[in-house]
Amino acid sequence: MDQYFIIEKFVLITILFAISLLIAMYSTYAERKVAAFLQDRLGPNRAGIFGILQPLADGVKMFMKEEIIPANANKWLFMVGPGLAMLCACIGTAVIPWGQDLNIGGRIVPLQVTDINVGVLYIFGVVSLGVYGVMIGGWASNNKYSLLSAIRAASQNISYEVAMGLSIIALLLVTNTLSLREIVAQQQGWHWNVLYQPLGFIIFMVCSFAETNRAPFDLPECETELIGGYHTEYSSMKLGFYLFAEYINMFVSSTVMATLYFGGYNYPGMVWVAGQVSPNAAALIGTGIFFLKIFTFIFFFMWVRWTIPRFRYDQLMNLGWKGLIPLAIINIIITGIFIAVRNF
Amino acid sequence: MESLSNKKKVLEQKPLNLAERMYLPTIVKGLSTTISHFLKKPATIKYPEQVREFSINWRGMHSLKRDEEGRERCTACGLCALSCPAEAITMIAAERKADEKHLYREEKYAAVYEINMLRCIFCGLCEEACPKEAIYLDGPIVPSDYLRKDFIYGKDKLVEAPLTNDL
Repeated sequence: MDQYFIIEKFVLITILFAISLLIAMYSTYAERKVAAFLQDRLGPNRAGIFGILQPLADGVKMFMKEEIIPANANKWLFMVGPGLAMLCACIGTAVIPWGQDLNIGGRIVPLQVTDINVGVLYIFGVVSLGVYGVMIGGWASNNKYSLLSAIRAASQNISYEVAMGLSIIALLLVTNTLSLREIVAQQQGWHWNVLYQPLGFIIFMVCSFAETNRAPFDLPECETELIGGYHTEYSSMKLGFYLFAEYINMFVSSTVMATLYFGGYNYPGMVWVAGQVSPNAAALIGTGIFFLKIFTFIFFFMWVRWTIPRFRYDQLMNLGWKGLIPLAIINIIITGIFIAVRNF
Repeated sequence: MESLSNKKKVLEQKPLNLAERMYLPTIVKGLSTTISHFLKKPATIKYPEQVREFSINWRGMHSLKRDEEGRERCTACGLCALSCPAEAITMIAAERKADEKHLYREEKYAAVYEINMLRCIFCGLCEEACPKEAIYLDGPIVPSDYLRKDFIYGKDKLVEAPLTNDL
């Protein structure tokens, strides 16, 4: 370990952090624009050209708002909640391999903050930690609607984490490794995991919708039943943090889906491209393609939100426990039989 | 109970079939519906910059008319104020001086003529009541403002622009 190692990681972390926040910022703008286009409207177009400065205006508004902490709230936890939500959302990107190694002045720089050999489990852990921010915030508000919403969020996350974990097991049977770097490297060119695990991918995707509290599973924020959901009592930038964390979660989920099932930075014809340009340029093209996939997924998240109405709570639980979990188990069995036959 | 009108219809609620329980086919259908709207022309417009065409019987902001010689037609008879159901119009009459004949058509005119645009309901009764064809609701949409006092429009905003001599 040398000084360059620290500098290189520091720079990478800073860039990742900035990119996460930037993408989350413009996701709020994109969400409103996509909603508008899907509904034959124009969307925000006043702040800057095409409304491009809208997120900044929203941010300034959030900061300028009066900050209210309810008298009977648990002040300490009330403040911890949004911070935790934000923290858990931000650290998820640490294990994602963003591209092939760069060669800067003879030094190999991997575009990944850390390649821990249990990367998939790490992602899992971080994603399930995310619900604590919601739970703590909802509980500390001392408001029955917030609490109900926090309970909903917790039970929803637990239910869908089971199916998510089971769908990942089938994927791990195929990949034989938990390291995200190796999982991506295996998907060279066209060998994307989605082709081997289509059912697993659908289950995983449905679960990530539930984990990020996005429509049609946005029951914790169900306005008609729960006022504002777990952030009913929040105002000013604390509310902003919650809303922001949701968008970062969406970004992380899209990243994980693109990494695990859609080949990360791999794309068809990458070997040919690598022969045409310098290795560094080829790696950066791969990273660009990776972000393209991520943006596609983010768009899909929004597209679904403006199409499907919210599930009823019993429907949500039915789908999770009676639909997705048996399907995921069947998926594991089929995958297992297939692998056993192939290796026979 | 037996139906008397024979119009009663009992709706049958069938249990969902397999495709419906899987949600996916209907979700795909819904997604294709929404995406088909993605590139359609928006139904809305950029309002202050673009304005839709008004219909021919549109009633907008009032204007106090001038006659062919550029004199104000209003004679401050007060019929518009009387007919106004919202009591939005007030005026103070004055007598025309000898040297003001080129300004006012009748020997009595409105020295002050105010319409409270917050009270006005744009019914057009003032225009119907006017015997001198002096007021018409043929203007644009009344713009928004911040203060109540700025909605009381005086003659400076209501009277038509004077005729220019070179025309």
